[in-house]
Amino acid sequence: MTQYILRRLISLIPVLIGVSIVVFALIRMIPGDPVTVMLGDRARLEDIERVREELGFNRPIHEQYIEWMGRVVRGDLGISIINRTSVARELRARLAATLELVLFGLLIGVVVGVGIGIVSALRRNSWIDLTATVGALLGVSMPIYWLALIAIYALAVNRQIFPPSSRIDATFMVERTTGFMLIDTLLMGNFAYFRNALWHLILPATVLSTTVMPILARLTRASMLEVLRQDYVRTAEAKGLRPRVVVIRHALKNALLPIVTVIGLQLGGLLGGALLTETIFSWPGMGLWTYRAILSRDYPIVQAVVLVSATIYVLVNLLVDISYAYLDPRIRVQGSR
Amino acid sequence: MTTNAAAAADLFAQVPERQSRGLFRDAWRRLMRSWNGRVGLAVILLTLVVGLAAPIVDPYDPTIDSNLAIARQPPSWEHPFGTDRLGRDVMQRIIHGTRISLLIGFVVVFVSGSIGTVLGLISGYSGGFVDWLIMRMMDVLLAFPAILLAIAIVAVRGPGLTNTIIAVAVVGIPGYARVVRSMVLSLRERDYVDAARMIGVSDAAIMFRHILPNSLSPIIVQMSLGVGGAIIFAAALGFLGLGIRPPQPEWGAMIADGLPFLRQAPNLVFFPGMAIMITVLGFNLFGDGLRDALDPQLRD
Repeated sequence: MTQYILRRLISLIPVLIGVSIVVFALIRMIPGDPVTVMLGDRARLEDIERVREELGFNRPIHEQYIEWMGRVVRGDLGISIINRTSVARELRARLAATLELVLFGLLIGVVVGVGIGIVSALRRNSWIDLTATVGALLGVSMPIYWLALIAIYALAVNRQIFPPSSRIDATFMVERTTGFMLIDTLLMGNFAYFRNALWHLILPATVLSTTVMPILARLTRASMLEVLRQDYVRTAEAKGLRPRVVVIRHALKNALLPIVTVIGLQLGGLLGGALLTETIFSWPGMGLWTYRAILSRDYPIVQAVVLVSATIYVLVNLLVDISYAYLDPRIRVQGSR
Repeated sequence: MTTNAAAAADLFAQVPERQSRGLFRDAWRRLMRSWNGRVGLAVILLTLVVGLAAPIVDPYDPTIDSNLAIARQPPSWEHPFGTDRLGRDVMQRIIHGTRISLLIGFVVVFVSGSIGTVLGLISGYSGGFVDWLIMRMMDVLLAFPAILLAIAIVAVRGPGLTNTIIAVAVVGIPGYARVVRSMVLSLRERDYVDAARMIGVSDAAIMFRHILPNSLSPIIVQMSLGVGGAIIFAAALGFLGLGIRPPQPEWGAMIADGLPFLRQAPNLVFFPGMAIMITVLGFNLFGDGLRDALDPQLRD
C-alpha cells in the first residue's frame, strides 16, 4: 500500500509542474503589455515600472518562473494589484467560505443523488425511476447560474423562505476561528447564529448540489442494477436475509465503489459551479473574489485561485485513488504490475 | 462472362436481404427507435431550422434595435416573452441568439474534437515518451476546473466570439484525446493493423485510414454530448460578461442583462435560460440515444 501511495505521489509531480507552468503563463498570455493592461491606460509611469518590477517582468522568462515558483512553494502568492494586500492571506479566508459551500453541496448531492439512484434501481421503470431520469436530464442541461436565479426569485424574493445572499445576517458578529461559519457559530455555542448560518447555506448549496446529483443518481442506479444481478446477492436473498439487509450490506457496499471515484472527479465541476453560484448569491468565497478580480484585472488573484483550485482537485483525486485502492485490493495489485 | 454475372446477380436476388447493413446504418435504425434519440433529433432540427431561417425570415440588427417606449413589458400576444430594458422583443432576440449558440457549439466541438482526436491517435499509436508527454499535458488541462480555466483564458485574452470559442475548445480537448487513445490502444494490437504494417503501410496511413475509422463511434458520441456542454459553457462566459458581448443576442448575456430586473420582470431571465436548457437537452438526449445505438451492450 505504501508503495502504491508513493508511486501515485511521484506521478503527481509532472502534473503539478505543468499546472504551475500554465498558471505562470496565464498573465503572460495577455495581448500587449500585461502591466499596462492591468493598470489601465491612465496609470502613472512609475506605477507601471513598480508593478513590472514586482512581477519580475524585466528579467528572462525562466528566471521569472523559478522565482515565482520559489515564492509559491513558500506560500507567497503575490500582492493584489488593486488592494495591495497579500493574496495568500485573503485566499485563506475566502477558501473556507468556498469549501463550506462545496462540501455542503456535495453532501446534499451525494445523499439525495445516491438515494434517488438506489430507489430507481430497486423500482426500475416505475414512475419514481422515470421522474428521476427526466430530472437528471434536465439537471445536466440547465445552466447553474440560471437555476440559482430562478431559486432566488421563487424562494427568496417571491416567497421569502430563504435569504437571497451572504453567509449570515450582517448584524450577527461571528468570531472567526476556522472560517467555516457552521463550525465557528457552534464553537461560540450560539445556536441562533448556527441556525441563521445554516439557513443562508441551504439554498446556494442545494443549487450547487445539482451539478453532481444527476450524475450520482444515474451512476448509482446503473451500479446497483449491475450488483443486484450478482450471484452473492442472490445467495444472500436465498439464505433468507431481509431485503433491507441485502440491499444495504451486500449490494450498496459494492455498488458504492465506482461512486467514490466519480465524487473525486466531480469536484472540479463543483468548484467551477461554486464560482458561478457564489457570484449569484454574493457568497464571499473564492468564486466571487475571482469574478471581481477579473473585472478589475487583478491578475495575481486570478492566478492564485486557478493554482489553488487545480492543486486541490489533483490532491483530492489522489486521496480518492488511495481510498479506492484501500477499499478494493484488486486496484493495488493491478497497479503494481 | 456476362451470363455468369447475370446468373450471380439472379442468385443474390433470391437471397433474402440481410438485416444488418453496416454499423452506422444499424445504429441509425436503433437511434430512431429510441425515444431519446427521436426527441433529441427533433429538438436539434428545430433549433437548426430556427437558427438558419431567422435572418432570412426576419432580418435583425441588434445594434440598432431599441424602443424605450415599450421597455420592460410583460409577456403579451404582441411580445410573447415580453420586452427588455431597451424595449427589445425577448423572443426575437432569443430566436436570433440560436445562431450564436449553435455556431459556438459546433465550432468548439469541431476544433476540440479534431485536436483531441489527433493527439489521442499519436499518443496511443506511438507509445513511449510521446504518449507520456501528451497524456501528462492532458492531465494538466484536466486538473483545472473546466469553467475556471475557460474563464481564466477569456479573462486574459479578452471577450468576444473567437476567444470564447478558443477558451471552451481548449477545455474540451483532453476528453477526446483520452477516449481516442484508449480506443487506439485496443485496436493497435489487431491483426489487420499488423497486416497493414507488414505490407509497408506508413504509420500516418495506419492511424488515419485503419485505426481512426474504427474508433469513430465513441468520438461521435463524445462530440454530440460536447455540443451541449459547449453551449452551456459559452453561455456562462456570456453571463459573466466575459464571452459574447451585448448588444449581440447571446443567451447568457441576455440573462445577465435581465438580472437587475429579476424582481419586477423575471421573464427577462426565465426565457433565455429556457432556450439554453431546451437546446442543451436536445443535444444531450441525442448523444445518449446515439451512445446506446452505437454500443447496444452498454445499455443498462
